[in-house]
Amino acid sequence: MSEVAIDREIDRSKLSVSDEVAIEITAMNKWYGDFHVLRDISLTVNRGERIVVCGPSGSGKSTLIRCINRLEEHQKGTIVVDGIELSSDLKNIDKIRSEVGMCFQHFNLFPHLSVLDNCTLAPIWVRKEPRKEAEDRAMHYLERVKIADQALKFPGQLSGGQQQRVAIARSLCMNPRIMLFDEPTSALDPEMIKEVLDVMVDLAETGMTMICVTHEMGFARQVANRVIFMDQGQIIEQNEPEEFFNNPQSDRTKLFLSQILSH
Amino acid sequence: MSDSRKPFVASGDIPPSPPPSSVVGPVAWVRENLFSSIPNAIMTLVGAFIIYSLLASVIPWLFLDSVWNATSLGNCREIDDGACLAVIKERYLQFIYGFYPDEERWRSVLAFVLMVVAVWPVLFAGAPRKMLYASALYPAVAYWLIWGGTIWGPVGVMLGPIIAIIAYRILAPVLRGTSMEEGIANILAILFAVAVIVLWWMFGVEIFDGTLNSIVSIGLPVVESSKIGGFLLSLIIGVSGIAGSFPLGIALALGRRSNLLFIKAMSTGFIEFIRGVPLITLLFVASTLLNYFLPPGTSFDIILRVVIMVTIFAAAYMAEVIRGGLAALPKGQYEAADALGLDYWKSMRLIILPQALKISIPGIVNTFIGLFKDTTLVSVIGLLDPVGILNPIRADQNWNGIVWELYGFIAIFFFVFCFGMSRYSQYLERKLQTGHR
Repeated sequence: MSEVAIDREIDRSKLSVSDEVAIEITAMNKWYGDFHVLRDISLTVNRGERIVVCGPSGSGKSTLIRCINRLEEHQKGTIVVDGIELSSDLKNIDKIRSEVGMCFQHFNLFPHLSVLDNCTLAPIWVRKEPRKEAEDRAMHYLERVKIADQALKFPGQLSGGQQQRVAIARSLCMNPRIMLFDEPTSALDPEMIKEVLDVMVDLAETGMTMICVTHEMGFARQVANRVIFMDQGQIIEQNEPEEFFNNPQSDRTKLFLSQILSH
Repeated sequence: MSDSRKPFVASGDIPPSPPPSSVVGPVAWVRENLFSSIPNAIMTLVGAFIIYSLLASVIPWLFLDSVWNATSLGNCREIDDGACLAVIKERYLQFIYGFYPDEERWRSVLAFVLMVVAVWPVLFAGAPRKMLYASALYPAVAYWLIWGGTIWGPVGVMLGPIIAIIAYRILAPVLRGTSMEEGIANILAILFAVAVIVLWWMFGVEIFDGTLNSIVSIGLPVVESSKIGGFLLSLIIGVSGIAGSFPLGIALALGRRSNLLFIKAMSTGFIEFIRGVPLITLLFVASTLLNYFLPPGTSFDIILRVVIMVTIFAAAYMAEVIRGGLAALPKGQYEAADALGLDYWKSMRLIILPQALKISIPGIVNTFIGLFKDTTLVSVIGLLDPVGILNPIRADQNWNGIVWELYGFIAIFFFVFCFGMSRYSQYLERKLQTGHR
C-alpha cells in the first residue's frame, strides 16, 4: 500500500460540490446468509463530491459500493440514487445502472471485443445510439484517457494500466452522473498506478461525483473531499482528508492509519 | 572468475543476439528422439515392428490381393484371397441411397450439394452474409427435394414462424395498452403466438397446401420414408440432430442456471431424465410407444420421430457442456455486463454466450461427433441406415459370410465426416484466439 505521489498541479477550485443530493443511503443493512456484513450504514453523497472509502479487508467497503448499483442486494434500509429508490423493480435498477458507472479491480473488459467495441457496446445496445455517434464518443473518451491509439487492439494485448484506463473510458461512454471505483489500482504494478490515478484526478476536476474504494492515500489527500473509514461493516469515522489523516479520532482509525502509512 | 557479489553497475546495453545453432539434420533428430536411451531405443524398435506388421497385413489384403470384379464371395476366393471389394462395387448405391428410386436419385444429390452451400456461411465467417438467407430456406427446400410432394407443404410449414411473429406483433401492443403489467402482457402474447403456430402446423398447412395446389400444382414424385436409407439417412438424421440440438442445448443450459425456480426445475428434470436413459430406449419409444400417446389418426413420419428423439438426446448432453462453459466464465464478466445496464438477454447474447461457447467448442464438437455416430442405432428399430443395410446384403446367398469389407467401408465413411468435424473445430479454435493472455 504505497503512497503514489500525485505531483501534478491539482486545481482545487475546480473541485466543487453542489447542494443536490446524488446518493442517499439510510440505515442500510446487508447479510450474507447469517453474516451481518453491512451494519446500519447511513451516507449522503452530494453531486460533485469525491468520497474515498478505506478500511481493512473484510470491512465491507466493496460490498457497500456494489449495493449502490445493485450488484449486491441489501435486506434492510433504503438506498436512493438520483431520486430513484433501489428495490427489486428491474426497470429502476436498469435506469440506475445507466446513470452509475463502475470500474472494477480486475478491469472486467470483454476479451472477445476490441477496445473500441468494448466502449461502444453499451451506448449502442442500451441507449440505442447509432454506431457512428457511439464510436465518435468512444474515441473522445479514449483520447481523454490517453489511449486512443490502441482503439483497435484487444484487451489481452494491453498492459494492466492500459486496460484499467479503457475500463474507465468504457464507463464514461454511458455519460454516468456517478462513478464508482472498486480498488481500481490494487491489481496494477506500481509504475502503472500513476497513469490511472491521473485519469481519475482529471475526472474529478470535471465535477464527477465519485466514490472510490482505494488504498491510495495520496489520492485521498489531494482529491477527496471526504474520507470514510469502515471496519467490520460499520462506518467508524468520516472526515475531511486533512483532519482524517492528521487527527484521527477513533482508535481503530489510528491503528489502520499507522499500519498503512508507515513502511 | 570475477566475484559476482561485488556492487555492480551495467555500463551499457547488451544487444539481443540469436540463439546458438544446434546440431541439426535428420541423423541428429533420429538419434535424439528415437534412440536417446536404451528404453527409448527398445520402444522405437517395438513400435517400428508393430507398424510394419500392420502395414504388411493390411496393404496386401486391401490393395494388392483385393478383388473388385466378382459375382459372389465364393467367386472372390477363387480369383484371389485378399479383400472382396466386389461387394462394395456391386452394392455401393444401396449404401449411399438405401432403396431410393434410381431415377429420383438426382434429388438427393442436389439436396446434398445445397446442404454444403447452406452450411458454408454458417461455418466460415468470410462468406457473404446474404448466403444466410439461403441457409434459412434450406430445411424446406431439402425436405421437398428428398421426400417430394407438393411444394406448398414445405412452404406452408416455413410460413408458420412468420405467422406466429405477425400474431405476436399484433397482439402484444394491444395487451400492453390494457391495464395489465407489461411482463404478463408479453408472456400472454408469446403464448398466443405459440398456440397460433401449433394450430397452423397441425391444421392450417393442409388447408394451405390443398388450396394452393388446386390453383398451381408444383410437385415432385413422392418418395416414402421407408425407401430412404444408407448414408443419405445418416446425414439426414445427423445434420438435423446437430442443427436442432445446438439451440435447444443452449436454452436448456440457460434454463438450468436460471433464477426462476420453475424454469430451473423443468430444465434440470428434463436434462437428468434424458441423460439417464439410453438412446436405444428413446428410439423404441419413438417407433412404438409414441403412437399410443398421440390422438388416434395422426401418424408422424418415422424419420421425423427419430430426428426429434435424437435431437432431444443430444440437446441434454449439449446443455451440460455449455453449462460448463458458462460456469468457467469469470464472474466479473457477468458483473461488468450488469454494471453497464445490459439486460439479461442482451448480456447473454453479446457478452456471455460468445465467450462461453468459445470455451465449450471442444465439448460441443465432441457431442456432435458422438451424435453423428449414434445415428447407426436406428438400425435397431428397422430403419435402413448403413449398418441396417448390412443385414440384407449378408443375407443374400452370394455374399453370405462377408464381414470386414462392409464394416470397413462404413467406418471409412464415418471417419471422413467425424475427422472433418474435428479439423473444423480446431480451425475454429485457432480463428477465435483473440489474443487472450
